[in-house]
Amino acid sequence: MTRSSADIHLGKVRVKSMHPKKFAMWLFIISVTMIFASLTSAYIVKKSEGNWALIDFPSLFNVTSVMIVLSSISIHFAYLAAKRNNLFNIRLGLTLTAVLAVAFSVGQFFSWGQLVEQEVFFVGNPAGSFIYVFTGLHVVHLVGGLIFLLVVLVNSFRYKVHSKSLAQIEMCVTYWHFLGGLWLYLYLFLILNN
Amino acid sequence: MSVADIHIGEEVHHDEHHEQSFIQKYIFSTDHKMIAKQYLISGIFWALIGGGLSIIFRLQLGFPDMSLEWLRPILGKWITSAGKLDSEFYLALVTMHGTIMVFFVLTAGLSGTFSNFLIPLQIGARDMASGFMNMLSYWLFFISSTIMFVSLFLETGPAGGGWTVYPPLSALPQAISGSGLGMTLWLVAMVFFIASTLLGGINYITTVINLRTEGMSFSRLPLTVWAFFITAVIGLLSFPVLVAAALLLVFDRSFGTSFYLSEIYIGGEALPNMGGSPILYQHLFWFLGHPEVYIVLLPALGITSEIIATNSRKPIFGYTAMIMSMLAIAFLSFIVWAHHMFVTGMNPFLGSIFMFLTLIIAVPSAVKAFNYITTLWKGNIHFTPAMLFSIGLVSFFISGGLTGIFLGNSALDINLHDTYFVVAHFHLVMGSASFFGMLAGVYHWFPKMFGRMMDEKLGYIHFWFSFVGIYLVFFPLHYVGIAGFPRRYYSWTNFDAFNSFTDLNAFVSIAAILTFSAQFVFLFNFFYSIFKGRKAPQNPWGSTTLEWTTPRIPGHGNWEGDIPKVYRWAYDYSKPGAKDDFIPQTVPYSHTPESNLPFENELAKTEDVSPVAQDAK
Repeated sequence: MTRSSADIHLGKVRVKSMHPKKFAMWLFIISVTMIFASLTSAYIVKKSEGNWALIDFPSLFNVTSVMIVLSSISIHFAYLAAKRNNLFNIRLGLTLTAVLAVAFSVGQFFSWGQLVEQEVFFVGNPAGSFIYVFTGLHVVHLVGGLIFLLVVLVNSFRYKVHSKSLAQIEMCVTYWHFLGGLWLYLYLFLILNN
Repeated sequence: MSVADIHIGEEVHHDEHHEQSFIQKYIFSTDHKMIAKQYLISGIFWALIGGGLSIIFRLQLGFPDMSLEWLRPILGKWITSAGKLDSEFYLALVTMHGTIMVFFVLTAGLSGTFSNFLIPLQIGARDMASGFMNMLSYWLFFISSTIMFVSLFLETGPAGGGWTVYPPLSALPQAISGSGLGMTLWLVAMVFFIASTLLGGINYITTVINLRTEGMSFSRLPLTVWAFFITAVIGLLSFPVLVAAALLLVFDRSFGTSFYLSEIYIGGEALPNMGGSPILYQHLFWFLGHPEVYIVLLPALGITSEIIATNSRKPIFGYTAMIMSMLAIAFLSFIVWAHHMFVTGMNPFLGSIFMFLTLIIAVPSAVKAFNYITTLWKGNIHFTPAMLFSIGLVSFFISGGLTGIFLGNSALDINLHDTYFVVAHFHLVMGSASFFGMLAGVYHWFPKMFGRMMDEKLGYIHFWFSFVGIYLVFFPLHYVGIAGFPRRYYSWTNFDAFNSFTDLNAFVSIAAILTFSAQFVFLFNFFYSIFKGRKAPQNPWGSTTLEWTTPRIPGHGNWEGDIPKVYRWAYDYSKPGAKDDFIPQTVPYSHTPESNLPFENELAKTEDVSPVAQDAK
């Protein structure tokens, strides 16, 4: 009674304006933005109510900020290489980005150590807890991005990333720049609100 | 996490040249129609549980002296040795009733069913943008459902802090038994639920924007698709905020942080938490919570627009006004959240701003109600069960919406806050109205879902018992509320002021039981008709929209051969001069010179009637 799917050709999907998966990636970025927008608003609301501890930010934040900016540059280098079909440079750029991402995450972890040294713990005044939440949640999203990055890297070794097949690396680059921008926003936000 | 998901699905629905196994077809299906049915059946399951819970606490409220010993086989030790309902379990009942109805029935069951089912069918797409993400969305919802369901059977009971789970009550496991493991599972379930909703929503938005068939411009979209689209946008912007709120709550509960907790003594002991603010949670929660009201309501309004226009055999009155009012409602829904918090000690000036913004919502809402009524006006009305439920929705929307104007006033709200007046208000305007929208949708699109018709007579019985029953339940609650009786109280017989409401409460409970029983008529009709119903014609209601151009039971891919091309809007009903009282969207203007308006004749000259090009990406 029900028709089998065998005779319907599903391969050609009409696409209007934008690659649907790229579009979905932008929507995902919007929802992540909303999480951090609400957390930073919560920070402002809480701070305005008083009972707020003043905290010296870990100096490592400056180092990690530089790292994440560098990783944005290296991934863009890989993307430009993909456009020119330079396979070696794609792999180099992506690997470099992955290494910087790991270094960034480790740096964030050690910055927590610097917080602990000045007796700012996760448990305690929300002023300190918020810093842990911002950095932790950002790294969680970065790890997601790193997994995506590794998938692209593996694909680049399978000769699947080149000027005729850019969608995946484009999405990865978009998300990566977003993660970098997100961290800079968070750091700037913390500096401006302290 | 989801980053990886997005591209894994890349190759999923390309060229499935093989027979599907049972598991591929009915369980891990990537077909939007099957996923919609999965959502529908899950929603019905949850509606039964959520409704059943409400009957248990209505028994306590309506018949406080009644022995509930007979419920012991189901509820076990939640029935005390005196044969009464345990008072903490009562709190768990109202909490779970709210959670289940708002999230699992009216968000997942309603949006999940009809967005999935109708978006590809009505815009002329083979499937969703990503079938894999769609499947993942359902199965995350399933995991969430399982966790929430398991929490009902915990020894300490499910979450008991109200569906809004305000801290500090929900943040301190030692506060009540319902803040223990039940609360933890509630939070875990909600995390999965939000992930599911976001995946679904991203898919709906992407599909509507990118996969419309040729000719299907935004100004030709049926209002259903507009409503689902706007709903998904609201969800995308508001659910992440609930993630943030829940995350901080998890940290407070399980890791000892102080985001929401400050200077609390419990059991004579001071807690170490300092510097937190419970009001902060309310801000975050209601920033989701208020848009959530429209996430629940807008799909029902979209479904109603479609059904009322079809069954009045008239174009919807004010198509553009309908879209504009939905957009206005969506926008306003984000800037009114603090009207839930008038009595939190908020600055009265701020309160008056939120009051002003809240009352503005009455304008687009009234536009919608007006347009429904004017669509019905002098229409050739076909009273199908779906039509009755849609008209019922309009009735609830108006009578429940009017009390919203009372509640939106920050001064009146001091008196009415957290009373049964609020309960009556939102059960009519959001609960019952959306529920009726969902039922209307089931009756209307059942022929497309299962290829068979539901029984009309049983539909009428179901409608009248539900419609009258719901008013009998919620109308009296307004009086109880104006008298000041607070919601969520286990017992009211200890207060002299409320003794005179004994009979009224018993009456409400009887009406509730009747209304609930009437739903079994629907259940029988639904499941019986799936297998034994009369076979449906291809277009049983004489509709113009694309889903009725598919075969009686559409296969994977929806249309055999080319996807249809769209030439006109979705509401060409009873067009003067036309030979039928409806012209499907697939009929070109050049084929209908007898009914064309002058500008349509102009359009007809330049129309390209060749089939949709099967072009590559």
